[in-house]
Amino acid sequence: MNLKPETLQRIDVAVAHYPVKRSAALPLLHLVQEDIGHLPGEAVEWIASRLGLEPIHVYELVTFYPMFRQEPGGRRRIKVCRTLSCALAGAYQTLAEFEKQFNARQGGTSPDGEVTIEFVECLASCGTAPVVMVDDELHEKVDCEKARQIAAKIKAQARRES
Amino acid sequence: MPAERRIIFEHIDQPGYTPDLDCYVRHGGYAALRKAVACKPEDLVSEVKRSGLRGRGGAGFPCGVKWTLLDRRSGKPIYLIVNADESEPGTFKDRYIIHQDPHQLIEGIMITCFANTVKQAYIYIRGEFPEGAKILERAIAEARAAGLAGPNILGTGYSCEIYVHRGAGAYICGEETGLIESLEGKRPYPRIKPPYFPAVLGLYQCPTIVNNVETLCHVKHIVSMGGDAFARIGTPNNTGTRIFCVSGQVQRPGTYEFEVGKITMGQLLYEVCGGPLPGRKFKAVIPGGSSAKVLRFGEHYKGKRRAGAEMVDYDWALEDVPLDFDSLALVGSMGGSGGVIVMDDSASMVEALGNLNAFYAHESCGQCTPCREGSLWMKRITARMVSGEGRAEDGELLKSVADQIAGRTICAFGEACAWPTQSFVQKFAAEFRGYPEARKSAGPSAAPLV
Ligand SMILES: Cc1cc2nc3c(=O)[nH]c(=O)nc-3n(C[C@H](O)[C@H](O)[C@H](O)COP(=O)(O)O)c2cc1C
Ligand code: SF4
Ligand code: FES
Repeated sequence: MNLKPETLQRIDVAVAHYPVKRSAALPLLHLVQEDIGHLPGEAVEWIASRLGLEPIHVYELVTFYPMFRQEPGGRRRIKVCRTLSCALAGAYQTLAEFEKQFNARQGGTSPDGEVTIEFVECLASCGTAPVVMVDDELHEKVDCEKARQIAAKIKAQARRES
Repeated sequence: MPAERRIIFEHIDQPGYTPDLDCYVRHGGYAALRKAVACKPEDLVSEVKRSGLRGRGGAGFPCGVKWTLLDRRSGKPIYLIVNADESEPGTFKDRYIIHQDPHQLIEGIMITCFANTVKQAYIYIRGEFPEGAKILERAIAEARAAGLAGPNILGTGYSCEIYVHRGAGAYICGEETGLIESLEGKRPYPRIKPPYFPAVLGLYQCPTIVNNVETLCHVKHIVSMGGDAFARIGTPNNTGTRIFCVSGQVQRPGTYEFEVGKITMGQLLYEVCGGPLPGRKFKAVIPGGSSAKVLRFGEHYKGKRRAGAEMVDYDWALEDVPLDFDSLALVGSMGGSGGVIVMDDSASMVEALGNLNAFYAHESCGQCTPCREGSLWMKRITARMVSGEGRAEDGELLKSVADQIAGRTICAFGEACAWPTQSFVQKFAAEFRGYPEARKSAGPSAAPLV
């Protein structure tokens, strides 16, 4: 495992927050996923040994909690809330617009590997529906027009970075 | 129309109000904590009991009573867990407290910890609030540096740490015993009560308080104004203010804080929120988060209810129902989390239920067969209807599945997933019966809900 020094340091801080080491499992999964983008078997085993657990105790978390992923996916993640208040405001059309913009299907990654598009459940911002998260950033009232603007920004940024 | 009474949300969305300690202190922040640490802890608990404060997370359990249930004889450490999971669909108030006024929450937490001799508090925040988690961590560090949290608080010798713990996208982590399992680093499988009442066998098998973010903010104001003064706000047995989160098909969705029971559903939706969208009519409303039973416009409710010491008759249209825990229970639903989801005459009830059923099928933890299988079947039946393969008797089939879940499961998710189906099918029976035919002639919806 090749984790950044600051990740290792944050891991030590997180472990010290609990009287029982196992409690640090979720924080460590978040930290490692933020560092390397996903949670391959090697990461799961590393976390297990850091906390004195069997790998299965960490696998069962990775396979249960929706935010953890074992596969890399796109460089950015677009999460469209699909629950009732967002659906009533047009979330299914918003999703379809993102699918069209990136030529990807719900749950999948665009052919250029740039974005993964997925539906998620209520993001607790139902008053400004439909809402979308692009990585850690929340976007509110995302109708099809706004979805196109967000997509254009992501594409422009991707061009700059490549 | 009753005026908003902003206590918790006093500074939310106020221009120039920032989430840092300086700003909070400039607005009178931490005076309640100073007052609290000069009191005896048991007096603070009595004050909160006298206030009549009921939990804002969903069940409406009296907060002070919950605290007195703590097992203090075990000699084990007592933990406080702040439920910041905010994952009940339709609920979006804790988000604004956390993002815009984190110190209000921290002050409420520290008072609660002092009152209950807690040495360690955890804020369990949903994984989808990464920014909120950072804001809270920053605010805790500020409070700690100023001697308002951490070691030797305000020079009293009392110490208590607060740590932020992020969830990872599972709704069931909002259920308090599922939350505890999650905080212990496991799958969030809810525990069986009894014996696992958090007040007795909670985090690490120690006595534990679990309270919602909004509930803990109220504690600060109870200490500021006194329990009796708080109890005079709102209505008897439904004291204080509460934040209504209005979403769905209405002119002005958003968060609104009113005295509990001093505003009716009609006033909230027509006057405060501006009524239906142009050319539409209200059709249905879910009053307390997606798990609460749906109410239909045009319904009437009649009976006797307690008003203070006496019993009085009530005869309400939906618009007349006062928004408080007891009245919403009387009309067969619940105040729940305060999430008010509005649907108008353009919405198909079959599709709306299909949307919710997809949510519950996705979020069941899978421990109990009736919940795991039942939520899946309800999703499949509504999905089949929406895809055009429905049958006229699907409504009854849905009901028969739902009726076999509630009361037969480990946690209240069983009720939460059965209630939408039971109420939608019962109150919109004709729409469910006619849907398969109508769907065949009309084709798929241009604005799908599922
Ligand atoms: C399925 C389910 C989900 C829940 N989700 C939440 C939640 O997201 N936030 C919350 O505060 N309470 C939630 N609750 C209620 C908690 O179990 C618990 O009653 C509450 O946190 C207690 O705090 P209070 O007394 O301050 O309301 C949920 C309950 C159930 C059954
Ligand atoms: S009722 Fe459902 S969510 Fe609750 S413990 Fe059982 S399976 Fe899990
Ligand atoms: S339904 Fe989308 S944020 Fe709540």
